[in-house]
Amino acid sequence: MNEQEDIKHEHEPNDWKRYIIVFFITITIFALGLWFSSYINNKKINQLKNIESKISLDIMSSEVQFTLLQEQTCKDVSNSILSTELNNLADKISYSENNIDADDTDVVSLKKYYSLLEIKDYLLMKKITERCGEESVFVLYFYKNDDCLDCTKQGYVLTELKKKYPDLRVYSFDYNLDLSAIKAMISIYDVPSDNLPAIVINGKVHSGFKTLEEIEKTFPELESIKVDEEEDSENKE
Amino acid sequence: METIYNVIFYSLSFVAMYAQIFYLSTYIEKKKKIVKNPENLELKNYPTVTVAVPCYNEEKTILKTIKSLLSLDYPKDKLKIFVIDDGSKDNTWNVVQEYKDNPSVVLIRKENGGKHTALNLALERTDSEFFGCLDSDSLVHPQALKRIIGYFEKDPKTMAVAPSIIVNNPKNFLQHAQNMEYDMSIYIKKTLGLMGGIHVTPGPFSIFRKRVFDELGPYHKAHNTEDQEIALRMQEHAYKIDHCPDAYVYTNTPDTVAKLYRQRLRWIYGFIKNLQDYKRLLFKKKHGTVALFTLPSGLIGIIGVLFLFINIFINIVRFIYRKVIEVHTIGFSHLFTFNGFHFDWFFLNIRAVLFFSVIMYILVIVSVLIGRKMAEGKSNFSVSIIYYFIVYSVIAPFWMLNAIYNAVRSKESSWTFERRVGQKSI
Repeated sequence: MNEQEDIKHEHEPNDWKRYIIVFFITITIFALGLWFSSYINNKKINQLKNIESKISLDIMSSEVQFTLLQEQTCKDVSNSILSTELNNLADKISYSENNIDADDTDVVSLKKYYSLLEIKDYLLMKKITERCGEESVFVLYFYKNDDCLDCTKQGYVLTELKKKYPDLRVYSFDYNLDLSAIKAMISIYDVPSDNLPAIVINGKVHSGFKTLEEIEKTFPELESIKVDEEEDSENKE
Repeated sequence: METIYNVIFYSLSFVAMYAQIFYLSTYIEKKKKIVKNPENLELKNYPTVTVAVPCYNEEKTILKTIKSLLSLDYPKDKLKIFVIDDGSKDNTWNVVQEYKDNPSVVLIRKENGGKHTALNLALERTDSEFFGCLDSDSLVHPQALKRIIGYFEKDPKTMAVAPSIIVNNPKNFLQHAQNMEYDMSIYIKKTLGLMGGIHVTPGPFSIFRKRVFDELGPYHKAHNTEDQEIALRMQEHAYKIDHCPDAYVYTNTPDTVAKLYRQRLRWIYGFIKNLQDYKRLLFKKKHGTVALFTLPSGLIGIIGVLFLFINIFINIVRFIYRKVIEVHTIGFSHLFTFNGFHFDWFFLNIRAVLFFSVIMYILVIVSVLIGRKMAEGKSNFSVSIIYYFIVYSVIAPFWMLNAIYNAVRSKESSWTFERRVGQKSI
């Protein structure tokens, strides 16, 4: 092995072609991934649109039903169909805000439409309960998304409150959503912008975070829709 | 903030995926070049070889290591084994006296100075054509040396050949996870070898032409990762390093998290410091694959694992924070009331992120399976792959963070007890 000294060391030539081909393969996979996720998001948004148009149809149908039955008894007017569907829709919209994009125009317009549906439902239910003399309590809840820890906390409290009073109807509104109907409600009930969250129960405004006990104390009308333990268990059966 | 985050996230995923596809495409294209040696391989001639076994407090394992070297299928008069006791405080020196009359074994005792000093002492005292090292916690396959020398015979330009390192007798969860990692690194190493991009000649049984040291100088301390440094030095001078997939070395691996942690801390620390010392190589096309691909992807790998970890950490903290607020607001008793669960596909988070993660996992699993095939001849899915994912995604970020922290503060990890655990970085 004395020819050792003659060896010329050199690297394998750089395989530029591979660097470039692999680059394009990776780009393709990336494009596929992005396309796939936007495809799924579109599907979700479409699902929301469908739910909304179904709810809109249901509200309209209830309105018509209500008008038709004005002179007659109240018991035929259905009043429980909407609330679960509206809640389910609310969950999905808030999920989309977090996971698709809160500023996405589709998501924003879905949210506006949802708010309108809530207001319509609220107005209709108020009429029904007034006319039929049912005991009912409506909560309008104003919150904002950014930088509002109390709003998050108030959300938990209201969820608990709803568990305690299943007949309670809670409608939540994003204070900062650019929707004239919400602005109108804000001015009707005189909701202050600087002390969110705010809750309006049967027309009375209370701003700032309120604990469950505070709400119960401030709004004794809640007592009227309280479900007795016994009754509750009977209902379950 | 969100935008910056997304840019970082997508860039890192892109590079990580790029690297995996790069390996895979190279492997698929060149796998025909990977020839398995026949069982009865015979060489044209058998050059002289010296294997140095540096040891420090190895009384328990040293005899097995020497025995496995003496069982190598190689002419006895061509193979010299240098056992260098690097100032052990235990009974190592007495134990190795068993071989003092064996003509193939040379026993040397010196003051403690670190592994590189032990190796350099052996280098000074040998004039054989080939030189290698075997950590005293490792055993060699009887055919390993012949197969490696076969690579040198085939290509006179090959200056060093790395073996395939296999976990010796994995017992617990941690060792099974490492087993998968080592299998995968056989595939990675061979593929890098095919591209000329190997950046480590692992301590256990990498064999060099002795002239490498005559021409480029002896081992350096190199932040206790001299096996990384010598490979980078060779790459800088365009010396060819290859990998022999069927030259098997069986190494003992850490059996506790603490030992594994110390070992990896040293490896990653060494990688970062050596990268710093050799940063002149980075992205210079005259330095080939190591400069354009291996080192950059290693660095991005560390950053990627950290980023992922910090991401998960922030999410966990956020989740706990929300729960705390919830409990604080409405009391503890409500936390466990479960309102029934109904599945709704709407809430499945199918984002590009998920898509990329799935593809990355598939690519990594494919790499492990190819490596497994090369190492153990079988490529079935093993539950150890899941151990691998668990161990490396949960613990690895900690030693990486620690290594980066140490590197910034230039705090050397010490050559003592943990040094015993073999020296092989992927």
